[in-house]
Amino acid sequence: MTTEMRHHPGINLSHSRPEDERHAEVTVFGFWTFLMNDAILFALLFATYATMVNRTAGGPTGAELFDIGNAFVETLVLLLSSFSFGMGAVALKEGREHPLKLWLGVTLVLGLGFIGLELREFAGLIGQGATAQTSGFLSSFYVLLSIHGLHVLVGCIWIVVMLAQVSTFGLSRQVRSRILRLGLFWHFLDLVWIVIFTTVYLPAVAS
Amino acid sequence: MNSSMLFGKLTFDALPFYSPIAAGGAAVIVLGGAGVVGLITWLRAWPYLWREWFTTTDHKKIGMMYVILALVMLLRGFVDALMMRAQQAIAMNAEGYLTPDHFQQVFSSHGTIMIFFMGMPFLFGIMNYIVPLQLGARDVAFPLLNAIGLWLTAAGAALVMASLVIGVFSTGGWTGYPPYTELSYSPTVGVDYWIMALLVSGIGTTLSAINFIVTIYKMRAPGMKLMQMPLFCWTALCSSLLVIFAIPGLTVAGGLLALDRYLGMHFFTNDGGGNVMNYANIFWIFGHPEVYILILPAFGIFSTVIPTFSQKKLFGYNVLVYATMCIAVLSFTVWLHHFFTMGADANVNAFFGIMTMVIAVPTGVKVYDWILTMYRGRLRFDTPMLWSIAFIVTFVIGGMTGVILSIPPLDYVFHNTLFLIAHFHNMLVPGMLFGLFAGYAYWFPKATGFRLDERWGRRAFVFWVVGFYLAFMPLYVLGFMGAARRMAYYDQPEWQIYFVVAAVGAFSVLLGIGCQVIQLVVSIRNRKGTMDLAGDPWGGQTLEWSTSSPPPEYNFAVLPQVSELDAFQVAKEAGRPYVWPTHYEPIEVPRNTALGPIFGGLAFVLGFAVVWHIWWLAAFGIAGVIATIIARSFAAETTRIISSEEIMATELRWHADVRAKQEANS
Ligand code: HEM
Ligand SMILES: [Cu+2]
Repeated sequence: MTTEMRHHPGINLSHSRPEDERHAEVTVFGFWTFLMNDAILFALLFATYATMVNRTAGGPTGAELFDIGNAFVETLVLLLSSFSFGMGAVALKEGREHPLKLWLGVTLVLGLGFIGLELREFAGLIGQGATAQTSGFLSSFYVLLSIHGLHVLVGCIWIVVMLAQVSTFGLSRQVRSRILRLGLFWHFLDLVWIVIFTTVYLPAVAS
Repeated sequence: MNSSMLFGKLTFDALPFYSPIAAGGAAVIVLGGAGVVGLITWLRAWPYLWREWFTTTDHKKIGMMYVILALVMLLRGFVDALMMRAQQAIAMNAEGYLTPDHFQQVFSSHGTIMIFFMGMPFLFGIMNYIVPLQLGARDVAFPLLNAIGLWLTAAGAALVMASLVIGVFSTGGWTGYPPYTELSYSPTVGVDYWIMALLVSGIGTTLSAINFIVTIYKMRAPGMKLMQMPLFCWTALCSSLLVIFAIPGLTVAGGLLALDRYLGMHFFTNDGGGNVMNYANIFWIFGHPEVYILILPAFGIFSTVIPTFSQKKLFGYNVLVYATMCIAVLSFTVWLHHFFTMGADANVNAFFGIMTMVIAVPTGVKVYDWILTMYRGRLRFDTPMLWSIAFIVTFVIGGMTGVILSIPPLDYVFHNTLFLIAHFHNMLVPGMLFGLFAGYAYWFPKATGFRLDERWGRRAFVFWVVGFYLAFMPLYVLGFMGAARRMAYYDQPEWQIYFVVAAVGAFSVLLGIGCQVIQLVVSIRNRKGTMDLAGDPWGGQTLEWSTSSPPPEYNFAVLPQVSELDAFQVAKEAGRPYVWPTHYEPIEVPRNTALGPIFGGLAFVLGFAVVWHIWWLAAFGIAGVIATIIARSFAAETTRIISSEEIMATELRWHADVRAKQEANS
C-alpha cells in the first residue's frame, strides 16, 4: 500500500515494531512542522546578524574578537554528539536498551561540553569589554549564539528526561517516538551550528 | 525608575488614576469580571465549567471557547473604536475628552486586539470546530496542544486587559515601531505589555497551526484525497502554513525589541549601531502574511456558504484551491509596500509595487468564482448569504483602493493618511469580519442544535453594513484632504463634518452589535422553535452536516468513506445520506486535563512578572512550565474508552431525530 510507504525522514522503527511506526508518523510529521517554524526563527536571526555585522559603533569587530580555534573545537564536539546520537538511534532501532542509554549519556556529556565551551568564550569576550550592550553587531552575535545555546540546553534536559523514561518505562511506544523526535531536534541544532560557523566565524577570520 | 525585589516596578502608581476615563474603563473591567465570577459562583457553575469546558480537549468545545473569547474581545476592541470616533468628531481645534497619550493607547489596543485577540481567536475557533468535522475525523491530531493553544491565546488577551487596570498599554500602535518604542522614548510598561501579550499568544497560535496542518494531512476520512477536501479546509491549511512561516517574524521582532528594552542591547536603537529598518522589515515579513492568515479562512467560509445558499456546486473548485495557494506564497513577496516611503531604492519599490498588484489577481479570480457560483443558482437569502453578498461588493471596493496604494508614487501621497485606514478596514471588516459573522450564523445550529434568530440577524446586518460605509467612506475623502492617521486632534474645519459622519457610522455599528447581542438572547429563548437535532438545517454539502447537531464527542461513530468532493451532497443525491450500521466499535478519546488552564495561568504570570520586572515570579513561571511539561511526559493514562453500548445509545437517539425530521418533510 502506498500509504505505508510514505515514511517521514527520521522514523526508524520498522525493524522491531512496525505498528509503532504508524503511530510515530503523525507525531513526527508534527515535529517536522515545528522544526520548520524554528528554522524560520533562526533564518531571521541570521538575517539580522548579516545586516548588523558592520554596525560595530566604534567597538571591536568580529575579526578582532573571534577565536576560530575555540569555534572549531565547539564544532567538533557538536558533530561528535550527533554521531553518538546516531549510534543511540541504531541501538533504539534494534531495541537494545543498555547501549541506547550509554550513547544518550555520551551525547549529553558532549552537549554540556559544548555549552561550557560557549560560556567560556562569552566570558572571555566580556572580559575584553565586548558585551551585548557594546554595539548592534555584538547584540546580534550574542543573541544568535545564545538562542542556539538555549536550544542545546533544552536538548540536554530532554536527554536527561528520556534517560529517566527509558529506565522507568523501558522502550515503550511513547518513549521510542520521543527519542526519534529528540534525534531530529539534536541533528537540527547541529545543522544550525554549521551555519553559524560558516556565517559568523569563518568570514570574520577570512577578513 | 526604582524597583523593589518583591514587587519589581509595581507600585500603587500603576492604578489608572491618571485620567477619569481610564479609571472608568478599569472599573468596567474589574466590575464586569467580578460580576461574571459572582454569577458563576451564585449558579454554582464552577465544577461544571471546570469539568465540561476548561479541562476539555474536545476540539468542538475548544472551538466554542475561542469564539466566546473573540466575541468578548470584539466588544472591547469596538469600545476603543467608538472612543476614537467620538474623540475625533469633537476634537476640531479642541482637546476633546481624551489626552493625546490616552488616545494613543486606545488606537494601539484597538489594533492589537482586533487583529490578535478578536480576529485570530474567532478564526481559530471556527477552524477548530469545523475542520475535523469536514474532514470526517474524530479529533485534531494533538488534542492537548490544541487546549494549550487556546489557553495561551487567552493568557495574551488577559495581559492586554490587565494593562487597562494595572499600568498602561503601549502607545506605539499595533506595529510598535522603534525607536519610538525603545526605552528612551517609551519608558512605561505599555510596550512591555504589548510585547508579552503578542509573544505568549504567538506561541499558542503556532501550536494550533501545527495541529491543523497535521490534522489536514494525516487525519482525513478514509479515501478523501487532498483535492476532495472542502475548500474551507484548504484555506485552513494555507492559513496554518502561513502561521508557521510568518509568526517567527513577530517573535523575533518583538523579542529583539524586548532585549533592547530590558538588557540595553542595540538592535533598533538610534545609537550603538542599531538599525530600525530591520524592525520594519522583520515585522512586516510577519505582518503582511498575517492579513492573509486572517482573510483566507474567511474566503473558505464564503466558499462554503455561497454554494449552499445558491443550491449549486461551488464554481471552479480547482481554481479556488490554486488561487489560495498562490495567495499564500505571494503573501511573502509584498511586505515592503508597508514602507515604500522609508528610503528603499526606486527599483526595489517598483518590484514590491508590482508584486502587490500581482497578488490582486488570484483574489480577483476568487471573486469571479463566487459570482459564478451564484449565477443561475436558486438563491436563499438567509443571514449567512447576506453577509457574503455584502462582502463581495464591499471587498471589491477595498481591493481597488489597495491597488491604488500599491503604486509607490501614489503611496507617497497616501502613506499614513486616513486613506490607508479606510483601505485596510475596507478589506478586513468585510473580508474577515463579515466572513466570521457568516460562519457564526451558518455553523451556530451545528454547535448548538438550534438556529440564530433570523429577524435580529437581518437587523444587525443592515446596521453593520450601513455603519461600515458611513464610518469608512469619509476616511477616503479625509485621506485625499491630507488627514494623517492617529491624530488626537486637528485644526482643519473642513475635516470635521467627515469625522462626524464617521462617528455616526460607528454608532450604527454599535446598534448592529446591540442587535447581535439581542439575537443571541432571543435565539436561546426561542430555541424550541428552531431546534434541528437531525443535523442538516441548511441543506449542507459537506460532512459536518452528516452528524447530529451538536455532534457527539467522538464526531463520527463510523468514519465516513469518501470518494468525491462534497461527500455529503453526493450521498444525499444518491438517496442514502446516512449509513447506519447495526454494531459499533468502542472509541478511544483523550481524557480531560488541567494542563491547558495550567499553562495559560503560568504564561500569564510569567508575562505579568516580566512586564513589571518581578524576577522571582518570572523564575517561578519558567520553572513551572518546565516542571509541568516533564511531569506530563511521565503521565501514563491519557485516554479513555467510550463503550460500544454508550455509542449505540447516543446514535439511536440521533437516528430517531433524523427519522422524525424525514417524516415531517415527506
Ligand atoms: C467595525 C468597526 C471599526 C471601527 C469603527 C474602527 C475604527 C478605527 C479607528 C477610528 C482607527 C484609528 C484610525 C486612526 O489612526 O486615526 C482604527 C485603527 C485600526 N483598526 Fe479599526 N475599526 C473597526 C474595526 C476593526 C477591525 C475589524 C480590525 C481588524 C481586524 C481593525 C483593525 C485596526 C487596526 C490594525 C488599526 C490601526 C491601529 C494603529 O494605528 O496602530 N479595526 N480603527
Ligand atoms: Cu501588506
